[in-house]
Amino acid sequence: MAAELRSVLTGGSGAGATAGPGHGSGESVRAGLTAEPDPGAVRVRGLRRAFGDRTVLAGLDLDLEPGRFVALLGRSGSGKSTLLRVLAGLDPAATGQVRTPRRVSVAFQEPRLLPWKRVAANVALGLDDPDPAARAQEALAEVGLWELADAWPLTLSGGEAQRAALARALVRRPDLLLLDEPFGALDALTRITIHDLVLALWITHRPAVLLVTHDVDEALALADRVVVLAGGRIADDVTVDLPRPRDRTGTGFGQLRHRLLTDLGVPLAGRH
Amino acid sequence: MSTLDSGIAAPPPAVGQLAPPPLPTAPSSSTSDSPPAAPRARGGRLPRGLARSVSPVAAVLLWQLASSTGVLPARLLAAPSTVLRSGWELIRSGQLGEALLVSLQRVVVGLVLGLAIGLTLGLLTGLSRWGELLLDPIVQALRTLPFLGLIPLFILWFGIGETPKIALVALGVTFPIYLNTFAGIRGVDARLIEAAATLGLGRSQRWVHVVLPAALPSILVGLRYALGIAWLSLIVGEQVNATAGLGYLINDAREFLRTDVVVVGLLVYAALGLATDAAVRLLERRALAWRQSFVPS
Repeated sequence: MAAELRSVLTGGSGAGATAGPGHGSGESVRAGLTAEPDPGAVRVRGLRRAFGDRTVLAGLDLDLEPGRFVALLGRSGSGKSTLLRVLAGLDPAATGQVRTPRRVSVAFQEPRLLPWKRVAANVALGLDDPDPAARAQEALAEVGLWELADAWPLTLSGGEAQRAALARALVRRPDLLLLDEPFGALDALTRITIHDLVLALWITHRPAVLLVTHDVDEALALADRVVVLAGGRIADDVTVDLPRPRDRTGTGFGQLRHRLLTDLGVPLAGRH
Repeated sequence: MSTLDSGIAAPPPAVGQLAPPPLPTAPSSSTSDSPPAAPRARGGRLPRGLARSVSPVAAVLLWQLASSTGVLPARLLAAPSTVLRSGWELIRSGQLGEALLVSLQRVVVGLVLGLAIGLTLGLLTGLSRWGELLLDPIVQALRTLPFLGLIPLFILWFGIGETPKIALVALGVTFPIYLNTFAGIRGVDARLIEAAATLGLGRSQRWVHVVLPAALPSILVGLRYALGIAWLSLIVGEQVNATAGLGYLINDAREFLRTDVVVVGLLVYAALGLATDAAVRLLERRALAWRQSFVPS
């Protein structure tokens, strides 16, 4: 479970135009020199990413504690997914300092199962384990898909496919689980079921979770902490200290919702 | 580049100025080969298959009638009954089997060679940007040559034995395999490759588990085209100085005005084409079982 320096991102094009907060120069500091042993934690400093002239992440700082469920909230185009892709190691063009745990899993907005591999083979793919098939079966049982282990992915419903994708992410026993709006394409009823499933899995396995979403209610229903991304940085950081299961009609919920919607710049007339 | 790209994107490659392959190869293997469902006759007195066989059977009967009455002289076209009898004779004497074996061998060797070359080139250009920059222009340039027109050169280079015939088949096969391999690889969903990367798969593992399986449907379409072209190349190649094989059988029969034997030879060519196409379709059904929802059984 030891934390490991997975990626140090240094000087891409356009980097160093302005230094990130807390840094004397535009150059990245080698994370290996500054990192203390801090298992399962994510530490991001001065993260910058621009697409052409458009700066999406402007010197972003973020820390995630091990085992905590954090929602990353932001408007469309605010750079939520960009940040997640950086944490997943999928964006070599970003600059700054990023430390993530060794085992990181991702569930994307689309399930992204390989259609030519049966469900169990999809879950077991790339698994470093003496008996990947057995582990895949266990994981599928956990998400309630045991019976569909031999099915082709194209025959699954949207909810089933997304559960298979969750099994594929969790079977790797991640220290950090990245969820990129994985509920976005599901119908409302399925979404509620999968919310419960994700919470149950999180409670069992306790990875640090970063859930990217634009849905304030979803963030408040699931997360311990909500960070709001705006202007390329963390604009607000809210601890959600509400008992679970959460009552979406309660006062605390309503106040937090109000604050987060304001953060997102949603006009609140007629809302509460 | 853009013109080349657009040429690649289209699954049915226009290879040379050839007539289409002698088989009804649909542009996409995933769609049904049957024509758009015609409104079924109400009441449906005849089963569909039977109804569809009415006109071909009538045509054969008409042909027989024309031959029997002398309207169609045998020196132009032999009667179906004569064709059948001659076919049976050729089978019994072993002449047909022998010719078939020779021709099959030419096609198989040429096909294997062309497959190997086409796949290798397609993989090199599909998987590597350098490969594309260096190889694709020259393959595309060669592709524009009407390859059947190369026969005179091939005779000069390879003589008149088996080599020019096999080379012709191999050359014809190479291009559809190459184009479809390349297009198949480049058409792979980048999001799947990304997902595989997050699962810890390295470059070569991503090729094996993601890129090649994703390209396989396209490669198999290429194979079906290649087979059609292989038979066509063989037929043309065998017209040139053959001393054995189906082409020789046909040419020899022409010398003696044996139109019945010519027709037998043509029918055998057609049957071979159909058989190999069916074999690839079976292969598709097996290898692409994951698409089962799209493949009509």
